[in-house]
Amino acid sequence: MPLFPVRRTGAVLNSTVFAPWEDPQAKPLIQFQNVTKRFGEFTAIDNLSLDIFEQEFFALLGPSGCGKTTMMRMLAGFEKPSEGHILLGGQDIDPIPPNKRAVNMMFQSYALFPHLSIWENIAFGLRRDNMPKHDLEERVEEMLRLTRLEQFARRKPHQISGGQRQRVALARSLAKAPKLLLLDEPLGALDKKLRQDTQFELMDIQEKTGTTFVIVTHDQEEAMTVASRVAVMDQGKLMQVATPDKIYENPNSVYVADFIGDVNIIAGRATANGDETYQIDWAEGQTPLTASSASGVSNGQSCHLAIRPEKVTISAERPSEAINAVQGKVHDIAYLGNLSTYYVELANGTIMKAQTANTRRISRRSFTWEDPVWLSWTATAAVLLAD
Amino acid sequence: MNRMSWFNTVSLTLGFAFLYIPMIILIIFSFNESKLVTVWAGFSTKWYGELLQNQAFLDAAWVTVRVAVFSSTLATILGTAAAYVLVRGGRFFGRTLFSGMIYAPLVMPEVITGLSLLLLFIGIGLDRGILTIVLAHTTFSMCFVSVVVSSRLITFDQSLEEAALDLGCTAAQAFRLVTLPIIAPAVISGWLLAFTLSLDDLVIASFTSGPSATTLPIKIFSAVRLGVSPEINALSTLMIAVVTVGVITASLVTKRAMVRQKQDEMAAARAE
Repeated sequence: MPLFPVRRTGAVLNSTVFAPWEDPQAKPLIQFQNVTKRFGEFTAIDNLSLDIFEQEFFALLGPSGCGKTTMMRMLAGFEKPSEGHILLGGQDIDPIPPNKRAVNMMFQSYALFPHLSIWENIAFGLRRDNMPKHDLEERVEEMLRLTRLEQFARRKPHQISGGQRQRVALARSLAKAPKLLLLDEPLGALDKKLRQDTQFELMDIQEKTGTTFVIVTHDQEEAMTVASRVAVMDQGKLMQVATPDKIYENPNSVYVADFIGDVNIIAGRATANGDETYQIDWAEGQTPLTASSASGVSNGQSCHLAIRPEKVTISAERPSEAINAVQGKVHDIAYLGNLSTYYVELANGTIMKAQTANTRRISRRSFTWEDPVWLSWTATAAVLLAD
Repeated sequence: MNRMSWFNTVSLTLGFAFLYIPMIILIIFSFNESKLVTVWAGFSTKWYGELLQNQAFLDAAWVTVRVAVFSSTLATILGTAAAYVLVRGGRFFGRTLFSGMIYAPLVMPEVITGLSLLLLFIGIGLDRGILTIVLAHTTFSMCFVSVVVSSRLITFDQSLEEAALDLGCTAAQAFRLVTLPIIAPAVISGWLLAFTLSLDDLVIASFTSGPSATTLPIKIFSAVRLGVSPEINALSTLMIAVVTVGVITASLVTKRAMVRQKQDEMAAARAE
């Protein structure tokens, strides 16, 4: 699971990495400026500022109720910010109603019009713009080709499968060539296998059309797969906005580390030990752990160490060169086919997870329940998070 | 097929006999040769012929149909609008009061509705005739339409309307192009319900009709007071026939559409 496919971006062609967010000159397409949204007493979005750039595939990720859907509905125009402004291409869009915005949305339920054929569903938005007949037909055919729906054009939405409906919804929302496409849990209704195929299809289509995509999802794997940047949200606030690999490898808080993927969290107290290296006292009578961190942590500050299970090595003997090594016994083994996760109980009762790839057949597995083992990891494997 | 127990057979027979024996007797006697309603004298269709010669009945039938068409159409427009506002309008001041008030006429005794309408028409000096019957029937049938349409609107996926707005529709266009076609079956059945209610209403019509306009139910009721004639039987049989054909057609159409939809969906699922 940790090996998310690395995103190919359109910019790779001219050998520069696509990262407008690192360019101070780049003009954002969307700007949230101190946006707050309240529903009665409830604050859904809390003084949030965020820039999203052209051609980005931006993911809003968080548990249900974190405000990600509200963000999307504000972009579409179905909700207005209580305070602050949202800018699209430098223009304040708060007073613009949904039907006048160069923004289209793909709904979670797809919201296909059941009384219209697939062809008419895709043409619906174009007809509202009074597009000339010839251009309209050409555009619809183009969308049908893009989403491989040519042979279903005359069918009604209930006459096609769930995966095809998802593609119709995408084609319909892309037909008007919006500046910004919003996708609300676009793959939520598909089964797992189809979802994975469709993720890559979405990425392909996003690259082909060059449209800026903002996707809302609660599925972290999906966000990591498709997005150029991910915003992790909690209770109406942005917890971290970064590329998928940064979010995974350098989470800025225990919340983000815990939300994205599997992680071991160890609480302790940090002491500086040379340049960017810290000693962490974590349990009575145990050797302190060593972690390197570029962010300054003051002496004696309480902190958390976040260590991904796949970066923890499990062995029968203490590896001689290991900087961090703790002893325990195998409490449980979760066999996932390609991977096994060992739940190791340490001397103080803490359970720590270590993950290994099952490159050998199961009969040759080295450890079993109750075996005494050593867990070890390098100084850079753990992320040091000051409280 | 399961064989029915004697208990079920008896219940079924009793139930249907209770429901339909009066109507069957009426239909049989409409084909009676004799002028005496209770004495069978052989098969004949002559009363149907005589019915077509009876100008008073034909006039009343024509008034009834016109009243039913106009009042059910008006009631459908008003009832649909009311249902839309109550389901979609969000929270506005007095919403609970309105939704309660719109359903109150459902349980209001017809005599009271009729009487209050009569007082109103006299009060504003409106001459009683077709117009007053249409207004009265619109008043009491629009709440039925509203019930039917709002139950459909409640299950209507609101994101369809949002999608229409998102694709460039104004609110009015979204209603006309998306909402209305989808809720059309409910609107049509609301219209049919209002039409039927208007067709067979006696109480309210007798309060609000005048000498210039008499509906068929009033005509039949007053004719029967002078004695049941085989002509009335013939007329009633025709009304039963019209209603039966309508109901059977409507249910067949609905059923076929449902079967087809189910087949399509299964085919789509298999193709996945």
